[in-house]
Formats: sequence, C-alpha cells, structure tokens
Amino acid sequence: MSILVTPQTKVLVQGITGSFGAKHAQLSLDYGTLIVAGVTPGKGGQCFEHGGRKVPIFDTVAEAVKQSGATASAVFVPPPFAADAILEGADAGLELVVAITEGIPVRDMVRVKRALEGNARTRLIGPNCPGIVTPGEGKDSHGGCRIGIAPGYIHKKGHVGVVSRSGTLTYEAVWQLTSRGVGQSTCVGIGGDPVNGTSHLDVIKLFTADPETTGIIMIGEIGGSAEEEAAEWIKLNCQKPVAGFIAGATAPPGRRMGHAGAIVSGGKGTAEAKIAAFKAAGIGVAVTPSEMADTLLKMM
Amino acid sequence: MNIHEYQAKLLLARYGVTVPLEIPARSLAEVRPAAEKIAASGSSRVVVKSQIHAGGRGKGTFKSGFQGGVKVASSIDEAVGFAGQMLGQVLVTKQTGVDGRRVQTLLLAEGAKIKREFYLAVLLNRETSRPLIMASTEGGMDIEEVAEKHPEKIFKESIDPAVGIMPYQARKISAALGLKGDLFNAGVKLITAVYHTWWECDAAMVELNPLAVVELRDGKETVMALDAKISLDDNALYRHKDIVEMRDLNEEAPLEIEASKFNLNYIKLDGSIACLVNGAGLAMATMDIIQHFGGSPANFLDVGGGASREQVTAAFKIILSDPNVKGILVNIFGGIMDCNVIATGIVAAVTETGLTLPLVVRLEGNNVAAGKITLAESGVAIITGDSMADAAQKVVRAVGQ
Repeated sequence: MSILVTPQTKVLVQGITGSFGAKHAQLSLDYGTLIVAGVTPGKGGQCFEHGGRKVPIFDTVAEAVKQSGATASAVFVPPPFAADAILEGADAGLELVVAITEGIPVRDMVRVKRALEGNARTRLIGPNCPGIVTPGEGKDSHGGCRIGIAPGYIHKKGHVGVVSRSGTLTYEAVWQLTSRGVGQSTCVGIGGDPVNGTSHLDVIKLFTADPETTGIIMIGEIGGSAEEEAAEWIKLNCQKPVAGFIAGATAPPGRRMGHAGAIVSGGKGTAEAKIAAFKAAGIGVAVTPSEMADTLLKMM
Repeated sequence: MNIHEYQAKLLLARYGVTVPLEIPARSLAEVRPAAEKIAASGSSRVVVKSQIHAGGRGKGTFKSGFQGGVKVASSIDEAVGFAGQMLGQVLVTKQTGVDGRRVQTLLLAEGAKIKREFYLAVLLNRETSRPLIMASTEGGMDIEEVAEKHPEKIFKESIDPAVGIMPYQARKISAALGLKGDLFNAGVKLITAVYHTWWECDAAMVELNPLAVVELRDGKETVMALDAKISLDDNALYRHKDIVEMRDLNEEAPLEIEASKFNLNYIKLDGSIACLVNGAGLAMATMDIIQHFGGSPANFLDVGGGASREQVTAAFKIILSDPNVKGILVNIFGGIMDCNVIATGIVAAVTETGLTLPLVVRLEGNNVAAGKITLAESGVAIITGDSMADAAQKVVRAVGQ
C-alpha cells in the first residue's frame, strides 16, 4: 500500500495547457500515471495529446470529475488564480488537491484554509510544493502515481515514507534511499509556504497508520513550529523508526531563505530548537544532509 | 518587502489610523519648510526621525560620531541643525549590523505629549493559519523581551478570516489596554483600522510600537500611532502597484538586487565559501554542510528549478563580486533537467567569467554520467564531488590551502 495515492488513482491536471502544467502532465503520462482529464477554462472540448494518448480537456473541474472519475488533481495555475482553482477542486468533491503553484499570496491561502475547514472529503497538499509520488513496480519505478514535478525515475517501490517541505532536498533523500536499494511507499512534499494544506504531522499520522510503511524520513527547515508538533506526536504515538534532518542551521535570523516560510523571527523556528525536539522524540537526526538515508537504515 | 515608517503611516492613515502631523524630507532644502509647517501647527517641538529599514534608531550612533537617529528639537533652527547631522550620514543601530545604513530621508513630526505607551501588532499565526492581533501595555519596549519575561502582559486575539475583525474583538483589546471612556472608543476604532490595513495591503506584519495616548494642545487625550512598521507579502505585491512604488532600493544589498534580475535568490553572508544550488531547501542544507566540515558559507543562492547557462554565469559574476569568497561549491540535483546541459553551462560560465578560484561541482540526477564526462573533458579546473559530504569536504580543503 501507500498513502494518499496509489498507481490506480485517477488524476486530473488544472492548468494543463500552460507550459509548466503541460510539461509535467507529459512526464506523469510517461511515468504511467493515470492522467484522465485536464481543466482549462475556455478550452473545454479540446484534447491534450502526448505519446499517442489523448486527455480530454474540460472547462470546469466539476465536469472533468463527472466525465473522468478523477479523485485527485494537480494545480498548475498561476498564483493570482490558484486559490480559486484549489477551492474549485474541493467543490467538485476531489479527495486530494495538490497545489504546485509557487507565489500564492498568504492572504489567499488564509482564506482557502478557512474555507476548507471542516471539509472532511478534500485534502490539500501544498502550495509551493513538488507534489507526491507513490512509486510503481516497473523499471525506474514506472507505473506509479506522480502528481507534481518530482522526477519519477529516482524512486523505487518500497516501504520508507518521506515527507519534506523542500523539493530538491526530498529528491536528495529519495535518491540516497534508492541508491542503497531501499524503496519508498510514498514521498510527499508539503511545500515551503507559511500556510499550507497538509502539515508534517498530518503526513506522519498517515505513514504511522499505513501497514506498508516501515520507516519514515522527515525533512524540515527553519521557520514555524510544524516540525516540533510532529516530533511531539511521534514521541507518544509512533513506534516506527523515524530519521530527520533540519535545513537552515546557518541561516541568519530575520532573512527569508528562498521559501516564504523559511525564516527565523523573534528567536522562533530555529534549527537548534527543531533538532532538540527531534532528539527528545527519539528521532534519529542526520548530522549532514548526506546521511539522511543512512541514519534511517541504521535504525531499521 | 519592507517600507519606511513614513510610508507605513501613509497606509495606516488611509485606513483611518490617527497619526501625528508628519512631513518627510529628502534634502536639507526640504527640512526648513517642513519644520516651519509643523511649528505653525502649534507644536512647540519638532521631532527629526531618520528613515531606515531597521529598528533601534533612537539609540543608534552615526559613523560621524553624532548620537541618536531620532532627535527632539525645540526650535526650527535646531531641527535644521539635527537634520544636517543626519541626512546623508550612515546610522548604525543594533539591527543594522556594523555597516549601518545611509539615511536618505528624514521624517519631521510634531512633538507629542505622551501619557501612556502601548504595543499593537497584526501578523499571521502560522499554527492556526489565521491573523493574530497582539497587544501589550508595555509599549516602546522590545516586545520579544516582554514575551519572554512577562508573557501575561501580552494580549492575543485570533481573527476568523471568514468574518474579519468583529467589533467585540476590538473592544476586548481596547479594554485589555486599559483604555476608558472616549479613549476606549478611539482605541476600538484604531485597532479595527490597523487590522484593515494589514488585511487590505496584504501585509506580513503591521507593528505600532509605540501606540500612545497623547495629550493634545487643547488638553484632550487621544490614541495615535507614534511609530509604525509594515512589511509586505512579496507574493501579493502584484496587486498593490502603489505600494510597490514605495520600494527603496537604497535599503537593499546591491548584489541581491542584481541577483533578482536573473531570478536568482541570493542572500549574502559573511563566510568564504560561495555556494550555488537549485532549490531553497537544498541550498540551506548546502550552507549547513559547509559549516559542518569546518568552512563558512559566503551566501545562500538558489537558482530555482532550472540552472541555465545564463543563470549560472550571472550567479558566478555575483558570487565573484564578493571579495571574501575563496572557493565555490556548486550543488545541483538535476531531477528533470539534463545534468549534461547543466555541466555544459557551468563550463561555459567558468570560461566566460575567467574563474580562478577553486570550484567544486557536485552533480546528481538525470544523465549525470554524461555531465561528469563533460566537466572532466572541459579542460577547466573543476573538482568533482560524488556526494554532498564529499563535495563539501573538498571545497573546505581547497579553500584551506
């Protein structure tokens, strides 16, 4: 098994005709993901063609869901329209909306998060995230479910769950595992923004409950307190080995390090505090980012 | 994006926050008429305030030796004299670092008879994803210190973004500040207006420190924002053209401005090993691993999802204009991008910039074997690293020699 998505999950792409959305829709199709529909308002009735496959395009998510049976979506629409796209996905009854878009105003996400409160059906992942991958069984993990922008081939089907705020740092951890012959159940990038749909803790709970996930790598970074919250829960509730890494120990206070959420302000959100919380929870702390996989494997 | 105090007060006043009579001045020629206007309003004193994007101005020292970035003058001539000591001079405060900031604008304000000082701020509570109003009777102090020593003196009110601030919430805060009678009602109006400023301007933070009860010249009291700081959400600037015009490039590091032209996210640090990385998380982790192996990072530099030849060349030029840099570490995880394309770009950039410093390159990902061959056969002196740890150790060693 896996969490959130399986190779059978039917996926639609919101913003499939934009250059970024189109490129990654193609890569997901190449990976063997079931991309069943696209949505671009005003282009309903057209088709997105790639590699001999035709993906129907709809004007609305509701229509796309009705016609294709999609249960998950990837949001690639530009920042000014992304909040609307996320809520359209929720309104259409999708189980999972993965917002890849970077640069959505915080106020828009505050409203989106409020609107999704109490919505037990739709889970939002992101925004500003690499997305989610459940590796498949084929060569280079082909046949898996890839929603977003992660490189599919670095994965391998297996039993380690990976959760991270950052894209390339996730790829680094996944590649370290795959290079050592260790596969992954599901890899989730929750995004680098201060307001996001799914937290480290939400994903940790899913991995803990997933019988196929036997070990977890949790990658955090400076800013906020989501890593501390997850560590506290792990201490009390998670029996599986968890290894972690926190990026940003050398970041100067008060400066945003690329990600909008990666900032130490008022002495809060430091790497030191997060690492201390990891250690107190029995999480294996990778001293350098080169040792994320090895730290976990030693514990398993 | 940060803006100056006088700009913050313009925004606050737009939403109905009471501010003192204030006039900005960018040259000495503008100072005297501004001071005369303030004196003509009936104010016996004129406050001269340096405008820089850093706190601690009052206790700051100019590099010229002149003490204090905020001065109270009791005559127009004295105000002009203070202005002459401040304009164009470099002010060092506890927040500016040793380099300080050059004062290019002054704010001249009426003197206020302060009766009580408060703290008021609106910001995002990341734990709840909702706006939070923080208020304290301990105004004019370092609020982080208050939070640490007297957390009971900080009043917090969470705002439901679906309905916005409700009048009862503003009343709770006004009461928590101990305001009574007419001042209570004035406080309610001001708190509501400050929240609206935060929301409507897409601010990251609005902070009034101090917010004060002041005695007017007719003997009546009112509440007003004596000092104000606003930082904006960069992601939302596209819908605030008027606020974008408030950007002051003098307050930003020239290298960081240059980097932003090439979609590079660059932050200068104090170390000697420059790094060039794709992705913010990996870039932070690369800085960390340099330090772990005994080096010190010279910068944070995220080239984003790509790493084109143009970007790498621009990045090298920016890195090389930092005189502290003694070596460079390039760490690219080319997930989707072809590593050979990246390698070709690096070689071209090295050649174009005439790089002579030690350069360690760690490439991983798509078509990495071809990329490594390109680097090896380029004839350019590039040290390759296999893992992040290997590359970091190599660059630390190369710089140490």
